[in-house]
Amino acid sequence: MSRALLQILLPAAAGAFVIAVWYGIHFYLDEEMRFLLPTPAAVIEALQINRDSLARAAWSTTKGATLGFSLAVVVSSFLALVLSTSPLVRTSLYPYLMALQMTPLPILAPICVIWVGAGLKSVTLLTFVIAFFPLVVNTTQGLISTDRNLVELFRLYRATRWQQLLVLRVPAAFPYFFTGLRIAATLSPIGAVVAEMNAGSSAGDGGGLGFQAVIYSSQAKYPALFATAAVTCVLGFILNAAVLYLAWLALRHWHDSYERTDR
Amino acid sequence: MSVVSIVEFREVAKRFGDGPFVLDRFSFTAHRGDFIALIGPSGCGKSTALRLIAGLSPVTSGSLTVEGVPPGADAANLAFVFQEPTLLPWLNVAKNVEIPQQLRGIPAAERAVTRQRVLDLVRLGEKSAAYPRQLSGGQKMRVSIARALALAPKLLLLDEPFGALDEMTREHLNEELLTIREQEAWTAFFVTHSVAEAVFLANRVLIMAANPGRIHTEVTVDLPYPRTAETRLSRAYHEIVTDVSRILRSVQPTAVGGDPNRASR
Repeated sequence: MSRALLQILLPAAAGAFVIAVWYGIHFYLDEEMRFLLPTPAAVIEALQINRDSLARAAWSTTKGATLGFSLAVVVSSFLALVLSTSPLVRTSLYPYLMALQMTPLPILAPICVIWVGAGLKSVTLLTFVIAFFPLVVNTTQGLISTDRNLVELFRLYRATRWQQLLVLRVPAAFPYFFTGLRIAATLSPIGAVVAEMNAGSSAGDGGGLGFQAVIYSSQAKYPALFATAAVTCVLGFILNAAVLYLAWLALRHWHDSYERTDR
Repeated sequence: MSVVSIVEFREVAKRFGDGPFVLDRFSFTAHRGDFIALIGPSGCGKSTALRLIAGLSPVTSGSLTVEGVPPGADAANLAFVFQEPTLLPWLNVAKNVEIPQQLRGIPAAERAVTRQRVLDLVRLGEKSAAYPRQLSGGQKMRVSIARALALAPKLLLLDEPFGALDEMTREHLNEELLTIREQEAWTAFFVTHSVAEAVFLANRVLIMAANPGRIHTEVTVDLPYPRTAETRLSRAYHEIVTDVSRILRSVQPTAVGGDPNRASR
């Protein structure tokens, strides 16, 4: 059997198995307990019934996640450049970056709400906090891990600091940056949803999937809750795929992780 | 070839911090057109000597001049070929070769002309669009040499450039290097562990001793250029290889054998 076919068939078979087990558990449960695990069919039905509100929520979450993610990319790149200049700068600033990362989102959320109000601004800011750390750490590591021989070569050719940065250090940091970007792309939708649960707002923007999940949960609309989970998953997949594609574009010619076996 | 000195070491000593002397009382004059091979046991300061000439590291005492000025002051006329190809993996061959000129702000049109010339010199004109990972070890080293030649240096410093390559490729590149030199006429310092390579390439072989690093003996190789694969079969060549090997063995008794076909590594 060809590899390509197997790559489609195997996940499909695994999916069919999971659905079978899912139905098995659903019907194994006593009838009054079956609400704990709605059937896939019920989830799809809920998806259709709540199509409009879920679409609106998904769009809102997308905005929060991508805004926070983009802000994290910009700020972390700039900060990584600063951090890469000297070990002293890193020693001074790393503990505080760590502290920001260590503070759980549900605690930061109310603080954020006090500052900028509930809604999209808070969600963006909180997503930024979540996505920021892996980006800054990886990019900084990349900027300070340039091959010593190459640095020496640039010294030999009397490259200016700017030339060394732009022609050598920044491109050499790309693989590290994309590692951070992939982690951040996974964390961003999750961060946005958690932020919406804690700092979302029903008024206008900021009433994303997290906010919607809180509502469905309080109304005991369990199939709709499962449908919300599915939509969140899809969002995460799309953002990840976009980042993987970007990484492929940037690294395919030279990085070992994209080495073709048929060369 | 007029006898003009291009590199002059006078009683040069080098140590790193409070460490032992890596080089001590190192005195030596290279003349324009010389091909100088530096050979000796590990830790004899061969590579350090190159780095001093390049201005990558300062001398501790004594004086060193390159073209009459302190090392590093005349960077434009000097090129370095490292042990590794040190190519930028994200740039294709053409852009890698253009790096020295790019850093010097030379316009693209002019860069392209030079690039084509030096890539043709190393017979890689067809590979300009390839990325380093698509090349063999020998090809990468040739790109590295092409890049070094891009600024038309007067002085070429090579730090064991072919050390990681197999014997066949190495011999081939040795011949190629001499062919290029006929067209380019640079002065060369070449660090190696291989007696065969040193004798084949150089007109002067400096045998160095360690602890502290110093010049033990200079052997003049008076085999006429151009040297070709045939040169390796000549009796004169073998005699010099045997001589150098013998001296090298006296410098470090266990390190070196006399068989020119087996690189002493």
